[in-house]
Amino acid sequence: MLDILKPPVLAVQEFFLLAGRTFRNLFRRPHYAADIFLQMDIIGVGSLPIVSLIGFFSGAVMGMQMSKALQQYGAVGQTGQLVALTMVRELGPVLTAIAVAGRNAAGMASELGSMKVTEQIDAMRALGTDPVQKLVKPRLIATATVLPLLTIIADFVGLLGGFVIAYFFLNLSSAQYWNNAWQSLEYRDVTFGLLKPFVFAFAIALVGCYYGLATTGGTQGVGRSTTQAVVTSIILIFILNLFITRIYVSL
Amino acid sequence: MREQGTALAELEREGTVVERPDEQPVLRFEHVTVSFDEIRALDDVSFQVYAGESRVILGAAGSGKTVLLKTALGLIKPDRGRVWVFGQDITEMPEEELFHIRARIGVLFQEGGLFDSLTIEENVGYPLENQPSLRCPPEERRRRVVEALRFVELEHTLDKYPSELSGGMRRRVGIARAIVAEPELVLYDSPTAGLDPITAYTIIALIVKERDLRNITTIMVTHRYQDAHFLANFRWDPQSGRLAPAPPEATRTRFLVLREGRLVFEGTRAELEAASDPYVRKFIRREQ
Repeated sequence: MLDILKPPVLAVQEFFLLAGRTFRNLFRRPHYAADIFLQMDIIGVGSLPIVSLIGFFSGAVMGMQMSKALQQYGAVGQTGQLVALTMVRELGPVLTAIAVAGRNAAGMASELGSMKVTEQIDAMRALGTDPVQKLVKPRLIATATVLPLLTIIADFVGLLGGFVIAYFFLNLSSAQYWNNAWQSLEYRDVTFGLLKPFVFAFAIALVGCYYGLATTGGTQGVGRSTTQAVVTSIILIFILNLFITRIYVSL
Repeated sequence: MREQGTALAELEREGTVVERPDEQPVLRFEHVTVSFDEIRALDDVSFQVYAGESRVILGAAGSGKTVLLKTALGLIKPDRGRVWVFGQDITEMPEEELFHIRARIGVLFQEGGLFDSLTIEENVGYPLENQPSLRCPPEERRRRVVEALRFVELEHTLDKYPSELSGGMRRRVGIARAIVAEPELVLYDSPTAGLDPITAYTIIALIVKERDLRNITTIMVTHRYQDAHFLANFRWDPQSGRLAPAPPEATRTRFLVLREGRLVFEGTRAELEAASDPYVRKFIRREQ
């Protein structure tokens, strides 16, 4: 019985050790600024199309669904409010994080995993660089910087999607939709809506890098690590979301 | 000297760690055990290597050869025992301090271990740019990179990526990267694995040339007895620019044989060929 528990407990321990080493190195030199900007480009700019599309369509779908429900109470005019609240509080952060997890946690795990199985990680250590400093830290800093920015874009494009539905299908005026949407948002909605992606970034970058660096067993192992990284980071995003929302609700 | 070495090796195998009062070993393993998930990759391994010596570590796949080299570099921490490099105990040394030790060691990984996202110039210059105790300005870095690549006759590949080179060329770039910082000790992990005999000879000739031109302590892991033969019985002849036969004492080469993590033999080539251990004998016959 205990033997079955050993590997997952060990994996959790290794994960926290990696996280600890990354945090310890966060403000320690060298910083590898070029790697940080490269990762920001890969994660941020690279994710823009998918994040925008997901944002737009989920906003549009929310507009349709909410207007249908609001129709029963004769409150179709409130569509903007519901789209804004669902996008900013939940859909924007969570869907963006899932998209980035699918793209980049997988990317990190496969890239670092390939480096691990071809002894490039060992070579790196043998030639004077700490892989945590050179590989993990830039990915974490880049993800934590660009994920909130991507979420802002997803939120806005989502509101735009809702607006297209409201304007063309619900015959709401532009002012009616945007005023309603804007006024419904409180500061704490926006604060928590941006705190979430910041926290999710840690789940994405650290899980992706952890599985990459823990890869064993050749190319098959790289495939396995990639899958595990995506699955674990998405599950973590949902669990963390629940906790953050719980804090939000109790405030 | 040789007889004394054999006697010392005998003592070490029996578990006694012996000091040579006149010199300090470059590398010393003392009862080192490394385990992965209950499997012992190295099991109570003790040996020492002195400056200017060559060591050939023979063993079948999975016998712990690579683990031994990685333990010598401090990339793997032993579960038991101690490792000394250049007289310093690296067993529990933190990574930052290990960088200073590693700056004095060159290493060629089994598949070359080149960074596939960097050019050949960036790959070879990597230790000069990143080793905390080596960092040198870009102009000097380039000069040394070109010099190291010229040694392996690949100075025309500076701007290429590893994927654009053949297996043998990648291995030669790996050698250039291993020696660019002029290390005192070079570790070669199966340098000829997967190469055709002609390319394999080129690689071994480069290893012998580097060893003899700079009198470097060389440790080579291999499963090919032919490689060991060249390292033990040939020296680089600068006049003719090729390998020339040399008496065994001239190359100061000793052999270690690993079997499932245990050191089953240590001695000279003559002793190796006279060994009665069936594993060692089978191994030599098969590889010859």
